[in-house]
Amino acid sequence: MAAAGVTKIDRSLAMVTEALSAWDWLVIAPVALPFLGAAALLILRKRIAWHAPASIGVMLLMLAANIGLLIRVWNEGPIHMAMGSWLPPFGIVFAVDTLGAIFATITAFTGLVCAIFATAEVEATEYRYGYFTFYLLMLAGVTGAFLTGDIFNLYVWFEVLLISSFGLLALGSNPIQLDGTFKYAILNLVATTLFLISVGLIYGIAGTLNMADLAVKARSGELAAPVMSFGALLTFAFLMKAAAFPLNAWLPASYHVTRSTSAALFAALLTKVGVYALLRTLVLLFPELGQTFAPIFLIAANATMLIGALGLLASSDIRRMVGWAVISGIGVILVGLGIGEMAALSGAIAYAVHSMVVMAGLYLLAGAMGWLSGSDSLFKMGGLAVQSPGLLLCGLGIVLATSGLPPFSGLWPKAILVEAALSKNAYLTVVVILVNGLLTTIALGRLFAFGFWREAQLERTEIGATPVLSMSRMAPIAIIVMVSLAFGLYPEPWLAASRQAAAGLLDGAAYINTVLPEG
Amino acid sequence: METVLSVVVGLLFASAVYLMLSLHTIRMLLGVVLLGNAVNLLIFTVGRFRSDVPPIIPVDSYVPTTDVANPLPQALILTAIVISFSFFVFLLVLAYRAYQDLGTDDSDKMRLAEPVEDDSPPRGY
Repeated sequence: MAAAGVTKIDRSLAMVTEALSAWDWLVIAPVALPFLGAAALLILRKRIAWHAPASIGVMLLMLAANIGLLIRVWNEGPIHMAMGSWLPPFGIVFAVDTLGAIFATITAFTGLVCAIFATAEVEATEYRYGYFTFYLLMLAGVTGAFLTGDIFNLYVWFEVLLISSFGLLALGSNPIQLDGTFKYAILNLVATTLFLISVGLIYGIAGTLNMADLAVKARSGELAAPVMSFGALLTFAFLMKAAAFPLNAWLPASYHVTRSTSAALFAALLTKVGVYALLRTLVLLFPELGQTFAPIFLIAANATMLIGALGLLASSDIRRMVGWAVISGIGVILVGLGIGEMAALSGAIAYAVHSMVVMAGLYLLAGAMGWLSGSDSLFKMGGLAVQSPGLLLCGLGIVLATSGLPPFSGLWPKAILVEAALSKNAYLTVVVILVNGLLTTIALGRLFAFGFWREAQLERTEIGATPVLSMSRMAPIAIIVMVSLAFGLYPEPWLAASRQAAAGLLDGAAYINTVLPEG
Repeated sequence: METVLSVVVGLLFASAVYLMLSLHTIRMLLGVVLLGNAVNLLIFTVGRFRSDVPPIIPVDSYVPTTDVANPLPQALILTAIVISFSFFVFLLVLAYRAYQDLGTDDSDKMRLAEPVEDDSPPRGY
C-alpha cells in the first residue's frame, strides 16, 4: 500500500521480521488454549454434558504444552516471544524461564486434577452458569502471570485471574458465599491496585515496563529516585496476595465459602502467584530492593508460620482449618526470600511446587471428608475409616505430606531451608520452621484421628443414605498423594529444576539476554 | 503542573483510604472508585507533561522530530479504566446482593463466613 513519494519503511528497526517457527508458538499456547476453551464453553453453554470432558481435554493440552515448554527451557535456557512482533522493550513480550515454566506446569496439573473432582462435586446448574468458563479463565490468568515478561501485563493477568476467581467464589449465590466473596473481592482489589500504583511509579522512574529492560536498568544503578517507596508498595501488594502475616485475614474468611474444588484451585494457585511475583520482582528485577527487604521477609515468614500453625490448631471447621495450612505454607516459602541465597531460594521454589500440589490435595480431602460424613465440623465427623478405607490411606498421605514428614515431598525443601537458615545463623527461623512442622502435625493428626478413627457421630438417618465415594472424588486425591510420594522418594529432578530456577533468578543474565540480545 | 497534580493524586488517595476504612459497604465502594481514579491520575502524572503535540512521526523520519506527548501512559490508563470500571460494577452488584441476602450493609455484622460463636476444637473424643 506504499503510496508514491513515501519512503519504504525498514521494519527490522522496530519489529521481529523473521517468521516464528511452529515450535515457538509453544510460548503462548498455555495461555491461548484455556482462553479458546472458555470461549468455546460459552458457545456450548446449553450442552452441559460437554462441559467437563471439553475442559478436561483443554487442560490436558495445556499440560502437554507446559511440559513441552519446560523441557525446552530446561535444555535451551529462557525463551521469549514478542507480541505483534514488536521488538522488545517496546512491545509486550512473554518470556519464559525455568521458574515460570515450572509454575505453569504445576498450574495445569492441579487444574486438571481438581477438574476431575469438580465432575463429581459441581452441580449441573452451575455448569450452565459457566463454572468451567470461569475455571479455564482463571487458569489462563494464572498461567499468563507466570509467563509474561512485562510488568504491566503482569498486572493485567492479576486482574484476569482475580475477576474469574470472584466468579468461582460467588457462583451459587448462597448468603455465606456473598459474605466471603465481598471481603475477598475488596481486599484483593486493594492489593492489586497497590501493585498498579507501583507499576505506575516504576514506569515514571525507569521509563520502561519490560522486565528484562527493568532488570538491566536496576542492575546498572540508573534508578536513583524513590525506589524504596515503590518497592514497599510492591512488597505490600504481593504479601497481601500471598496471604502473609499481617495481611492474611482475608484467606480463612473466604476460601471455605465455595466448593472445595474451587477452594483447592485457589489454595494451589492464587497465593502462589503472589509468591511468584515477589520472586520475580524482588530477586530478578530489583535485587538490591530484595536484599533491603530481606529482614522484613524473615520476620513476616516467622510470624506467618506461627499464625498459620496456631490457626490450624484453633479451628474446628475443617475447611477453614485448611485455609490456615495454606498460610503456614506461605510462611515457609517466605523464609527463602528472607535468606535470599541460592540454596534458600531453590528450597523456597521447591516448597512452592510441593505446596501447590499438596494444598489442592488437602482441600479436596477436606471436601471429600465433609461430604462423606455430612458435616465440616470436627465435633460432628467420624467413622470415615469404615466408610472409605481408600480415603483413609490417601488422607494419611496428604496429612504426612503437609506436615513435612517423610516419605512425602514436604521434607526435602524444608530440610534445604533449615540448612540455609543455619548457615546464615538465623536460629529463630530454624526453631519456627520446626515448631510449625510440629504444630501442623498435631493439628492434622487430630483431623485424621477425629475424622477417620472415631466412630460416626451423626446418625445416618439425619443425613440420608450412606454416600459412597465415587472414583471421580477419590482419583484426584490419590493422584496427588502419588505425585507427592514420587517427589519425596526421588526428589532429584524436582530439586534440580528448583536450583536451575533459583540460579536463573539470581543471575538474570540469561533472562535479560534472551529478551534484549544486544545488551 | 506535575506538582499540582501530585497534590490532587494525594488528596484522592487520602479520601479513598478514608472511605474504604468505613464499615459500610457502599462507602467502601465509593472508596474503590476514588482509588481507581487516583491511580489513573498518578499514571498520567508520572508519564510527564511534555507537550500538547500528538505523537505523530513525520513521513520521512523514523523518530519524532519535536517534543511530543507520551502516548504510553494513556494506553495504560485506558486499560486500567476498563478494568477498574468492570470491577466496580461487579462489586456494586455483589454488595447489593449481599445487602439483600444478609440484611445489613455493616461489614462488622456480615459474619456468616466467620461465625462469632466459633467453638475451639474438641479436646478428646
